[in-house]
Amino acid sequence: MEWYWLPEYAPRFVEGIWLTLQLLVLAMFFGMAIAIPVGLVQVTGPRPLAWLAKSFTTLIRGTPLLVQIWLVYYGLGSLFPSIPGLRESFLWPILRDAFPYAVFALTLSVAGYEGEIMRGAFRSVPNGELEAARAMGMSRFTILRRIWLPRALQNVFPTLTGEFILTLKATPLVSTITIYEAFGIGTIVRQETYRIYEPLLLLAAIYAFLTLILVVIFRYFENRIPKRAL
Amino acid sequence: MEQALEYLAFSPPGWGGNLLRGLASTLQIALGAYALGLCLGLFGALGKIYGGPVTRWGLEIYTTLIRAVPELVLILLLYYAGTDLLNTALESFGYERIDISGLWAGIYVIGFVQGAYSTEVFRAAFQAVPTGQIEAARAIGMSSFKSHTRVVIPAMIPFAIPGLANLWLITTKDTALLAVVGFSELLLETKQAAGGTKSYLLFYSAAAVLYLLVTLCSNVIFGQIERHYRRGQPAQT
Amino acid sequence: MKKFLTVLAGTAAALSMSAQLAFADIKVGIAAEAYPPFAEKAADGSWKGWEVEIIGAVCAAMKENCEIVPVAWDGIIPALLAKKMDVIMASMSITEERQKTIAFSDKYYNTPAVIVASKGASISGDPASVKGKIVGVQVSTIHANYVEKHFGDADAKSYNTFDEHNQDLVAGRVDAVVGDSLAMEPFLSSDAGKGFEIKGELNDVAVFGPGVGGGMRKEDTDLAAKLNAAIKQIREDGTYEKISKKYFSFDIYGG
Repeated sequence: MEWYWLPEYAPRFVEGIWLTLQLLVLAMFFGMAIAIPVGLVQVTGPRPLAWLAKSFTTLIRGTPLLVQIWLVYYGLGSLFPSIPGLRESFLWPILRDAFPYAVFALTLSVAGYEGEIMRGAFRSVPNGELEAARAMGMSRFTILRRIWLPRALQNVFPTLTGEFILTLKATPLVSTITIYEAFGIGTIVRQETYRIYEPLLLLAAIYAFLTLILVVIFRYFENRIPKRAL
Repeated sequence: MEQALEYLAFSPPGWGGNLLRGLASTLQIALGAYALGLCLGLFGALGKIYGGPVTRWGLEIYTTLIRAVPELVLILLLYYAGTDLLNTALESFGYERIDISGLWAGIYVIGFVQGAYSTEVFRAAFQAVPTGQIEAARAIGMSSFKSHTRVVIPAMIPFAIPGLANLWLITTKDTALLAVVGFSELLLETKQAAGGTKSYLLFYSAAAVLYLLVTLCSNVIFGQIERHYRRGQPAQT
Repeated sequence: MKKFLTVLAGTAAALSMSAQLAFADIKVGIAAEAYPPFAEKAADGSWKGWEVEIIGAVCAAMKENCEIVPVAWDGIIPALLAKKMDVIMASMSITEERQKTIAFSDKYYNTPAVIVASKGASISGDPASVKGKIVGVQVSTIHANYVEKHFGDADAKSYNTFDEHNQDLVAGRVDAVVGDSLAMEPFLSSDAGKGFEIKGELNDVAVFGPGVGGGMRKEDTDLAAKLNAAIKQIREDGTYEKISKKYFSFDIYGG
């Protein structure tokens, strides 16, 4: 095993890990923000919106993330030349850089998978609690804010930990669209030094370590959620 | 529009035939990997439940590492390490090196990863079997082996099916990662077709549709399997 | 239970049958991503192109059976070292850096590198003209090395394949791309490449090396000797010229 290349590339790995974390947090944040309405509308209705939400989750969960990423980046990118004036518009800096596409694709992915989980979570809140809140005179939005959403999130918290980690493991795929997060830097090292195992082992260690940290953080929060006495 | 249909045609100069060949390849790899994953998972779960401390400890490391490291990293590591180990072993026994074709390498790599996940699914399923049934089997004199094959495993299956259905979908989608390594399956064929014709939107959408079809058909099939194995059981709430 | 065991046995048998013995053929590695006019995949699944035909000619001259093995470009040298194939003939240039890890045959073609940008752009081969611009290159190539060495002020973006950086040039995500002049031809003459042109030729023998050669493991010296003899033979007996005439109007062997 040769590790002579490590000091030279260490700063770039740090940058890459930071990029990975940025992608992870942004995708989870925006993804959950979309997932909550997607899950909710399938339980409450109206029917057309519920059908739309269902199609969305089926589409996202039925296709590989890599296909989604390439479709968004290269597929949409191939439409650009046919839109006049695009390059002078204010959108151009966003459309030109690869990072927004990565966040977008990962967000949609999180929204699709979490939407399905939130659907189950909303359904799992006991009807009795919702009825009691209604009987007390709470408006529908207040019920959602005070009872339904918090209870749904509590029920589903352990699963969310797993999903966070799955999203972390999905971030390497964005290295295929010129984003140099941790895996991308590892690829550069593999190509410039021709070492086969060492960069991959370092990457495995990095991701295992990040996973460990995430699990510890989530376990801390999980212990703070009040559990049912029964 | 006509050009789109022309590009998708089944025979050259349409790329449709290539895509379907890629799809066949994907399904072959997915089926092989899934089967391998199931075998590994079954033995892994049994090992975790009945094994000694060393077995359990080793299996714990296997499942934890595989589930903590991204598939892309694992695929690359397993591909190089696996073929290296195999060839070193063969050479030390005096045999010639063999070269694993892309198909079998893909099966082995994804199957190994799926084995870790299915170990957990089977373990949870085994532990969900009511202990009363196992005790009854032993009480009427069945040997350990018989009670397992006649009672425990059939009882475990309905609990395992939802998790296993999920793993099948994950397996089919994981095959797309092999495109990054250069193995020929649907996504790589799509990339080559898109590059050759410059119709990126068309081909990536076509690939998405094909994967979606596989998912939808799988959902129907697994729904029927679950109904078959749940017959006679109280309805799920 | 019996069924399960028979299935298991059958799988094991199938596995052993599909594994092939190495060294029965010579495995020639090419890049899995298309690189016209040198190598590209046809709609029927076969590979065609100048380089593919040269591979056939060289193998015939060596009197060996060759098998073409497509491998992802960014992993092609490790794959060679891991013995997944015996020689790389994927338009890989002979460079000092690569020669530290692998051995090369004699060159079999040499074409200059160029920088390509849109017709109105004020970009040229001069490093000052690309300052602050985004330049796309393919990873792990001599073109990437050139950009790193000479275009330090520009923002370099690395792509896995030649095709991808051209695609982003069309989409406007990069201002210019650096690549092989001949590989650029099919792109520039296509519909998508209409608004682009070659802005300048880039020269630096230290970076670009003497040309493209076949990459082999350092210990395979007999294979290297055979390959060199074969390359010499097809140059002398006219096969090289015959194949090149189909694709190019001039001799791409270079000086």
